[in-house]
Amino acid sequence: MKHRYLPMTEQDKKAMLETIGVSSIDELFSDIPEKVRFKGDYNIKAAKSETALMKELFILADRNADLKRNVSFLGAGVYDHYMPVIVDHVISRSEFYTAYTPYQPEISQGELQAIFEFQTMICELTGMDVANSSMYDGGTALAEAAMLSAGHTKRKTILVSSAVHPEYRDVLKTYAKGQYLEVVEVPVKDGITDVEVLKGLVNEDVAAVIVQYPNFFGRIEPLREVEEIIHANKGMFVVSSNPLSLGLLTPPGKFGADIVIGDAQPFGIATAFGGPHCGYFAVTNKLMRKVPGRLVGQTVDDQGRRGFVLTLQAREQHIRREKATSNICSNQALNALAASVAMTALGKKGVREMAAANLQKAHYAKIAFKEAGFEVVYDGHSFNEFVVKLNKPVKEVNQKLLQKGIIGGYDLGRDYTELSNHMLIAVTEQRTKEEIDTLVKELGDLHA
Amino acid sequence: MHNQDQALIFESSTPDRIGYSLPEMDVQELDLHSLLPEGYLREEEANLPEVSELDIMRHYTALSKRNHGLDSGFYPLGSCTMKYNPKINENVARFNGFAHLHPLQDESSVQGALELLYDLQQHLIEITGMDEVTLQPAAGAHGEWTGLMLIRAFHEANGDLNRTKVIVPDSAHGTNPASATIAGFDTITVKSTDQGLVDLEDLRRVVGEDTAALMLTNPNTLGLFEEHILEIAEIVHDAGGKIYYDGANLNAVLSKARPGDMGFDVVHLNLHKTFTGPHGGGGPGSGPVGVKADLIPFLPKPIISKRGDEFVLDYDRPQSIGRVKPFYGNFGINVRAYTYIRSMGPDGLKAVTEYAVLNANYMMRRLAEHYDLPFDKHCKHEFVLSGKRQKKLGVRTLDIAKRLLDFGYHPPTIYFPLNVEECIMIEPTETESKETLDSFVDIMIQIAKEAEENPEVVQEAPHTTVVGRLDETTAARKPILKYQKA
Repeated sequence: MKHRYLPMTEQDKKAMLETIGVSSIDELFSDIPEKVRFKGDYNIKAAKSETALMKELFILADRNADLKRNVSFLGAGVYDHYMPVIVDHVISRSEFYTAYTPYQPEISQGELQAIFEFQTMICELTGMDVANSSMYDGGTALAEAAMLSAGHTKRKTILVSSAVHPEYRDVLKTYAKGQYLEVVEVPVKDGITDVEVLKGLVNEDVAAVIVQYPNFFGRIEPLREVEEIIHANKGMFVVSSNPLSLGLLTPPGKFGADIVIGDAQPFGIATAFGGPHCGYFAVTNKLMRKVPGRLVGQTVDDQGRRGFVLTLQAREQHIRREKATSNICSNQALNALAASVAMTALGKKGVREMAAANLQKAHYAKIAFKEAGFEVVYDGHSFNEFVVKLNKPVKEVNQKLLQKGIIGGYDLGRDYTELSNHMLIAVTEQRTKEEIDTLVKELGDLHA
Repeated sequence: MHNQDQALIFESSTPDRIGYSLPEMDVQELDLHSLLPEGYLREEEANLPEVSELDIMRHYTALSKRNHGLDSGFYPLGSCTMKYNPKINENVARFNGFAHLHPLQDESSVQGALELLYDLQQHLIEITGMDEVTLQPAAGAHGEWTGLMLIRAFHEANGDLNRTKVIVPDSAHGTNPASATIAGFDTITVKSTDQGLVDLEDLRRVVGEDTAALMLTNPNTLGLFEEHILEIAEIVHDAGGKIYYDGANLNAVLSKARPGDMGFDVVHLNLHKTFTGPHGGGGPGSGPVGVKADLIPFLPKPIISKRGDEFVLDYDRPQSIGRVKPFYGNFGINVRAYTYIRSMGPDGLKAVTEYAVLNANYMMRRLAEHYDLPFDKHCKHEFVLSGKRQKKLGVRTLDIAKRLLDFGYHPPTIYFPLNVEECIMIEPTETESKETLDSFVDIMIQIAKEAEENPEVVQEAPHTTVVGRLDETTAARKPILKYQKA
């Protein structure tokens, strides 16, 4: 068997078997009982050469309608954004992408410092004191925030707004079952969390209230009011936030959030059919020692040189084992690096400019839809998404749009029965005025 | 700041410098105050760095030079399977039709992606000997927790509500007991024998009507195959429990023994280990879970299915535990793993395990004279040494690890598993040549000699890295977790 990834030669093999003192490789497997021994070969596809496999997979990829060839107005938690080209150049350096978790700090200073910078930038955007080195994604980060809240308050009920991403809520419910927590959904009124109902739901067993900012419908939640309600009852205030929007919006930290989580996908991370993306997790100082996942801290060596290490590891599974409050081990380090490069490229001015462009272009689109006679549902202050009512099923409309090279918005009827035939439209800085006008026209033609 | 310190990007920032090029603003701009509720327009700007594009590239290039990856040198980190990350995987994952798909597009527009995932599921079913696979879990620990939630749902569906305990061996990965806790179970530890295998007597003692599952890695973390695996499975199954396979060590048994044939009910795989998704400096990974038929109804939804010639996301699964992750898993890593499996084929995967095991045994034999070998029998893909002999000379396993840095090696895993004193756990993988193994062994032998003749050089290592040993105590006592302007 010769293969470009396998350097073993017959001569090497012979010498090595001799050193070991066996006559064949098979002997090394003699401890596997006969009864469980797998005989023969896997019934899987035969190996292909590099050229043939590249060709086959290119053709397979080409069968998908990608966001480069089509114009996307689809968001719902995953967005087509400006990706500075340098991001891919940096994360393609194999010193980064072929490294393991930086458990040996002396030869991992590059990764450790990059994460330290990531933590800093997430704190800046969210207005929080401490951020970890990443989570799998926004959905599991939200579930971990609920578990942290329950553990910290010793309470068992989680209130989550119905305007939080439906798939995030699904993930939360699965985790909650594991932890014997009760999840109660807070209804929406006019597209934002119903604060009056929330008041009635908060009680002494409520560990946390979770809202999304901007919410699933693109609306700006009244964080000030929600904060007062939950803190008056000594529960935790958890905000799930698109970090790009925080370039422009008052950060949740300013409104007294205890935990801010979300997904850094808008910063230089490919949509990649839903993953890998990059969850983030930020807290106030008082929760520093309860954060899940890895944290990088600054220190010095014996000569006073600055260095970075994984720190506060007593929280983590490999030390605490069954007493751990989270089991996360692998995270999304390489995507955190991608997000860091994008945040660095954007910088102080760019992140605000990009967030503002989303707001302006989405606002332009919203007005254009209204002027074309569409009903914009849940109308009000929003970021880069809004809801339009159609007179046909969204799935049908989207299949027609795709023929024109447009990937239409999200079918809200999938998650909200009262919103069938409602489309959630995302307009990022990537969309041109012409593309927006075309969408309005095409939908208008289909609407007629 | 020390004169040898690498600047933080924030320290290189200069007001008004930019590193971005945003799309043209071609709609009329309105006053931002009018577009947001009062008090919701950010007043203080987020203090991100202001640097040019070249500054950014120089910064990250400098950082990369302060980082050791697998392409930089040998990385025999036990239980982590640091094998070569093929470059074709990176190219394929970046094809527009894979990298730039939105997860919520209409199914008809992502048939290529669904076909790839479906075919990956089929390949993993064959490789593990299970009946169905979900690709949703994001990493190994996430897969463990998913698998345990499936077992919990299975017992509950049978009205078996008192199965609250998960048994793990004392040599288990730390994630095993932690995942059990997060899935709502209590953990019981089963002892290992002095041969390094599960103590069957102790297992018989701890199993019972409250047993939900036993979690096992086979070969175990000592690199030893659990020879009594069928008996272990029988003991747990007779008590009504399920057995769970931690796939971290699958590289040892490809084409040699399948978890499904060993009696396992649930298995998770680490596609970023055995199947070459790169480790990325700590992630992202991918942790698919395979199950036997009786657990299929509980799998997370959606499952990728085939109906006629069409690939679909099947949400119609009333007994599903629900979602464990938004969307369909770490697709980009799954694409890489699929590309790898297709590059290897059945013959290639068999050779992977044979050479991984040959390499480990060869190194173990060469090192056996110079370090204590607690379990002197054929190992599988990895083996453990004990630094007991060196400890008596005042040289700890940590010192040996740090000394290896001076020679350009990433050290082995140390102080794990917990049941071996001064443990050194070595996993060479199949992608390393005999010359590489020999050079590493020679250095390990040299370090053993240094421990006898010149222990200070080992105790004070590393001597050649960009920083020396760092003060971790102060880092934990007075944490500095973000940049603070001096």
